[in-house]
Amino acid sequence: MGAGVTVNLENVWIKFGDFVAVREANVNIKGGDFFSFLGPSGCGKTTILRAVSGFLDPSEGRVLIGGKDMAGIGPNKRPTALIFQNLALFPLMKIWENITFSMEVAGASAGDRRKRADELLDMIALSGQGDKFPSELSGGQKQRVAIARALCAEPDVLLLDEPLSALDLKLRQHMRTELREIQQRVGISFIYITHDQGEALTMSDSVAVMRAGIIDQIAGGHEIYDHPATPFVASFVGENNVFRGKLQSVNGNEAVIRTNRSGDLLAQITPTAVGKMKAGDDAMMFVRPEALALGEASPDSKTTISANVLNEEFEGNSYSVFLEGDGGKQIKMSLPNLGQDRESSKGSSLALHYDASTAVVMPAGELASE
Amino acid sequence: MSPKVISRLALGAYLLIFFGYLLGPLVVMSLTAFNSSGFPSVSPWACFTFEWFDVLFKDQRILNGIKNSIIIGIGTVIVSIAIGLSAALVLTQVWPKLRTTYYTIIIAPILIPGVVLGISTIVFWDRVSRLLGPSTDALFHNGIFLTILGQSTFIASYAMLIFVARLARFDPGLTEAALDLGATHTQAFRKILLPFMRPAIASAAVLAFLASFENYNTTTFTFGNYPTLTIELAQKVRYGINPSISSLAFIIVVLTVFGALAFEAYRRNTGNKERAKEGKAAPKSGGILPGFLRGNPAAVVLVLLCFTVITAVGTAQSYSPEQCKMDVRAAKQLEIDLRIEALEEKRRLRELGKTHEGPDIFGTPEVESEDKAPSSSGAFGDVFKDLEQGD
Ligand SMILES: Nc1ncnc2c1ncn2[C@@H]1O[C@H](COP(=O)(O)OP(=O)(O)OP(=O)(O)O)[C@@H](O)[C@H]1O
Ligand SMILES: [Mg+2]
Repeated sequence: MGAGVTVNLENVWIKFGDFVAVREANVNIKGGDFFSFLGPSGCGKTTILRAVSGFLDPSEGRVLIGGKDMAGIGPNKRPTALIFQNLALFPLMKIWENITFSMEVAGASAGDRRKRADELLDMIALSGQGDKFPSELSGGQKQRVAIARALCAEPDVLLLDEPLSALDLKLRQHMRTELREIQQRVGISFIYITHDQGEALTMSDSVAVMRAGIIDQIAGGHEIYDHPATPFVASFVGENNVFRGKLQSVNGNEAVIRTNRSGDLLAQITPTAVGKMKAGDDAMMFVRPEALALGEASPDSKTTISANVLNEEFEGNSYSVFLEGDGGKQIKMSLPNLGQDRESSKGSSLALHYDASTAVVMPAGELASE
Repeated sequence: MSPKVISRLALGAYLLIFFGYLLGPLVVMSLTAFNSSGFPSVSPWACFTFEWFDVLFKDQRILNGIKNSIIIGIGTVIVSIAIGLSAALVLTQVWPKLRTTYYTIIIAPILIPGVVLGISTIVFWDRVSRLLGPSTDALFHNGIFLTILGQSTFIASYAMLIFVARLARFDPGLTEAALDLGATHTQAFRKILLPFMRPAIASAAVLAFLASFENYNTTTFTFGNYPTLTIELAQKVRYGINPSISSLAFIIVVLTVFGALAFEAYRRNTGNKERAKEGKAAPKSGGILPGFLRGNPAAVVLVLLCFTVITAVGTAQSYSPEQCKMDVRAAKQLEIDLRIEALEEKRRLRELGKTHEGPDIFGTPEVESEDKAPSSSGAFGDVFKDLEQGD
């Protein structure tokens, strides 16, 4: 297998007529990385992948693979292999022919192909099924065949376009671990596209979060979750409670935000905005549901929120409690299910406490639509 | 009777009439091929015979026409498929924006009368030949060349319609996948798109061949020295036809049924296999039948039809209707004799009446008219018709 190879997007713009599908993308992917693009439907993820695999040329900027400019190099000459959103297995070919198609077009003999197919079938745990047709396989099996077909081409970079989206939850979780294992075994760079944040966070070394053609943040999963760079990232990745207001005071990397309903609240400024915010700016503060805990009501505390309970949902391992928040938004908190009977707190007022280090504040901006 | 039964009866009657209307002419025509009577007819039935097949296979003009039709048919298939496929590819893949305009242009030949296509074909190629000089004359005035091109103008459009329908279901992602795996554009076309198009190419080829084989309107202007079967048949009709044409029609009907059954049998067979693969048991219709016949009525009928044809051809070698023909001839002779006798008898009677009754001139016409009436519509009436037809 080819060793991990770097992929760089330098100031890439992709336009369809007047419509800008990708705006000023700058991405550096290290060799052997598992890199994910995460974003809502239609934000331009597939478009970026097609520019990397060579099906379309960027309107501006450069795509480099292994440091080499790919301009003018067709998809059949690039060291990439793409696993399509709909898999695109060849329906009229048997599984083993599908898997070794790249060898066939390179002129390999049927015997060699058969041998290689058997090896790969072993790897994807489909031994002995090589003579079936794609229509005779289950969704997860097709998935694995598509992976084997791409790996058979011995690419330096494997591109995966939401390959798990068609699978049911159980199988999806299983395939996630399997994909990650395969990636570690073959050691090549994976570029993975998904709109499922769980998928992106569990599998990737790095995640790029996209919004309508713009890359908002590129960082590791933890960083993205704990220190979102923009309100969009904060609200798109995981669940988050948002508090809007104006900055009251800034002190190093901490700031106090004045909200309408919940008074002054203390939070950390997200690392990318440190030094760029001053008192009086429109700002947003985010606290995750699991960072909220029940506490003592104290009007002076800058890390306590008082709110009325609107609703309560039992979710097995936890309770979700919905409280009345700012501007019609609800505040959500989750309480662990500790086994004992809980009295419903519906209708009562609760004081919620959080640790200032778990709350982030950043300049106000667009939120992910729910 | 309940209304339900009545409506069912009405439906049955309707279907009977419908299929009678559809298939009746074919059945009657096929029967005439086996009647020894010299004009294609079913009644009166003279003798069961295979002689018209002999006549057919000895008719050089018909045979030559069939040969030309087949050559032109194959040429038309090749040209139409090539043009139709490339047109369909351009329509769906290359210029999707010009689609409607392009579509109208390509589809126009279907709407233009075949006669116009025929005339324009000779006029056009005549011009081309003049432009390019006399050395090209032989080709551009060659009947086979002109007929293939003339027919292909509209048959290619039919082929294109079939291809466009198939291409609409093609996932262009498959071509991209092939390219992504290192295939060249040619390889992607040959290994991915072409296999996908194969069933459509097969049906377009059959359709193109049949359309070419039965074409008259266009061919009549372009055939030159190479008359096709339809041209020969049309010319034959002018000089009067005999049942060898029926025997040709019968052969074509049998071949068609054969082809349809073979296709159906193949389809069922693959269908059964697929069902077996999916773990569902193939339907069992006969335990003693070999595997490919099981659950496949079309295959069973096909095998029976083969047997029938083989036996029929076998008996045709030895069967001779000479005895029957002689009998018929004798019967005819007898009828003629009887007829002549009757006429003579009448004349004698008349003469007798004249001599016996003498002046009674009013009685004679009455006797004559009484005598004549049965002879025109009764047992002897048909003899004359037969004699006329037999000539
Ligand atoms: N060939 C094209 N011509 C014009 N617009 C296009 C074309 N391809 C994509 N787009 C537009 O570009 C935007 C991004 O499309 P893209 O396919 O990259 O989305 P995506 O992020 O992959 O979404 P999804 O998660 O639904 O697959 C969309 O608004 C789409 O309408
Ligand atoms: Mg996509």
